[in-house]
Amino acid sequence: MSEAPAAPPTASADVRPGPGQLDLLLAPPRARTGWRVLPARVLAMCVVELQKLRHDRTELYTRAVQPALWLLVFGETFTRIKAIPTGGTPYIDYLAPGIIAQSAMFIAIFYGIMIIWERDAGILTKLLVTPTPRAALIAGKAFAAGVKALVQAVVVIVIAALLGVAMTWNPLRLLGVVVAVVLGSAFFSCLSMTIAGIVLTRDRLMGIGQAITMPLFFASNALYPVAIMPGWLQTVSKMNPLSYQVDALRGLLLGTHAHLALDYAVLVAAAVAGIAAASSLLGRLAR
Amino acid sequence: MTPDESPEEICAETTDATLGGAPRTGAPGPAPAPNASDAVLCRGLRYAFGETRAVDGVDLSVRAGEVFGLLGPNGAGKTTAIRCITTLLPVPAGMVRVFGHDAAKERMAVRRLLGYVPQQLSADAGLTGRENVTLFARVFDVSRRERAARVDQALAAVGLTEAAGRLAKTYSGGMIRRLELAQALVSAPRLLMLDEPTIGLDPIARTSVWDHINAVRDATGMTVLVTTHYMDEADQYCDRVALMHHGRIRALGTPDDLKSALRTRRRAAPAPATTGTSAHPYPVSTSHPHFSASPLSSSPPPSAAPSRSSDAAPTLEDVFRDVAGSGLDEQSGDFRDVRSTRRTAHRVG
Repeated sequence: MSEAPAAPPTASADVRPGPGQLDLLLAPPRARTGWRVLPARVLAMCVVELQKLRHDRTELYTRAVQPALWLLVFGETFTRIKAIPTGGTPYIDYLAPGIIAQSAMFIAIFYGIMIIWERDAGILTKLLVTPTPRAALIAGKAFAAGVKALVQAVVVIVIAALLGVAMTWNPLRLLGVVVAVVLGSAFFSCLSMTIAGIVLTRDRLMGIGQAITMPLFFASNALYPVAIMPGWLQTVSKMNPLSYQVDALRGLLLGTHAHLALDYAVLVAAAVAGIAAASSLLGRLAR
Repeated sequence: MTPDESPEEICAETTDATLGGAPRTGAPGPAPAPNASDAVLCRGLRYAFGETRAVDGVDLSVRAGEVFGLLGPNGAGKTTAIRCITTLLPVPAGMVRVFGHDAAKERMAVRRLLGYVPQQLSADAGLTGRENVTLFARVFDVSRRERAARVDQALAAVGLTEAAGRLAKTYSGGMIRRLELAQALVSAPRLLMLDEPTIGLDPIARTSVWDHINAVRDATGMTVLVTTHYMDEADQYCDRVALMHHGRIRALGTPDDLKSALRTRRRAAPAPATTGTSAHPYPVSTSHPHFSASPLSSSPPPSAAPSRSSDAAPTLEDVFRDVAGSGLDEQSGDFRDVRSTRRTAHRVG
């Protein structure tokens, strides 16, 4: 860095680097060990995700269209006809946390496509040759998906606020929202990466992603309370992590009755199980 | 010359003829002894994809500090061998050591010694050059204090300082290769592994990539293991080469030794250029050598091939054809190999 006067190398010319310029590249960095590896890798992946979002915000805008329509069209209409028993809350308020969770899930569920793309491009291959245990790599990717979903959630919350949804601005509760969104997205991105590890091609993953997102969405409490569902659907909803995420978001943002301890326990367990499943299948993508 | 290799007399012959007087002969032949100074040591390495034996008993030692070329047509098993050494693939049979660390048991230790540039263009197009390199500084645990300076040095070493702030998708093929080189260099690897580093690049960019590899190697003394199917590049830039075909190493030595050995063999044989030898009837006048058709090729143009005689100075390609035998064009590379190679070439070009 300090040897700037000695012919700064240019992009086009062939510059033979002087020995002085490379002094730092002679000594390998000191290795992190033990528990420090995981947070460092997660941070590295999240930073990359934010950098990409900063360079190209198109996806952020296009993905805001669907939740905006859900709130604007579906939400406003069903608020008017009062068909869904929400226990006194205006339907659009009731719906908003569900749409936050849904848009976060939609982002996460297609994250596996990115993994396959990165694999085809050689990016994943190269990351697998770094001193990063597979579980740490998957955890990094999962939380990067969480960060991306979080940015999306902020957009949806702003849209909801503009539509007059009365949400809390209590910072502690908002922190709880952040944790719930990140954990839920970590699970759904791991689900997607697990499927990616099984099917191995983008086309198949696209098909499966399309096939499972809507059932996950409808078989949850995002649009209507579990109580009005038929019995079999209630059972499905109870096994769907999205229901627990929506329950937590609703409780935190609107102050409705929620089972926060159970919700977070389920979300943490689901995220851990997802990371375990996806990292055990990552080897198939390395081949 | 291990029992299971006995049908491959060619391999043993070549090695003996080439390196008879050399102090160190390397593989193949009697398995080399474990040596701390070996950057890479493979013994009896095998890897199969289902029924296809991609790597079929490779013995190899790469000395610390040398530029070692692994040569062969598409589908020869080069990439699979590289992927076993980089710990990407398990080592089901045989032994692989990188600077004494077992690639099967000490994966993390091996990975910390490696800088790896895969065949595909592996830089992230959605990030800037600097962000691409910084990611690898982070995952190799470069401390925050050192990170910026180290990244700058790596970028400067490949001549990308000025382009560092641009998105990688605006880079040319040669610049992306150099960026990948910077990503590999930022962790100060002792062994740089390059899988087809110049595939699909134009001659100027190829020379530039090699110039940077050599400059960095001169400055750092790192070992370079490179695979290529450009025989002329291997001839020009590699200290030693191994010729690989059908998952086995058919010849190993310095390019000059291999060529002079072939000249000796041709003089000894009565009519080698027209009929081939009885042991391996290779097509001397094949007019479309698909794996070395390159603008820089030092081999004679196809029209001159039929008149090639035993007196003409043989090229590495001739050596390869001699040791590989017949069927080079039919058996090299399945559909998937060719598709991925073309895709890489397409993205570079």
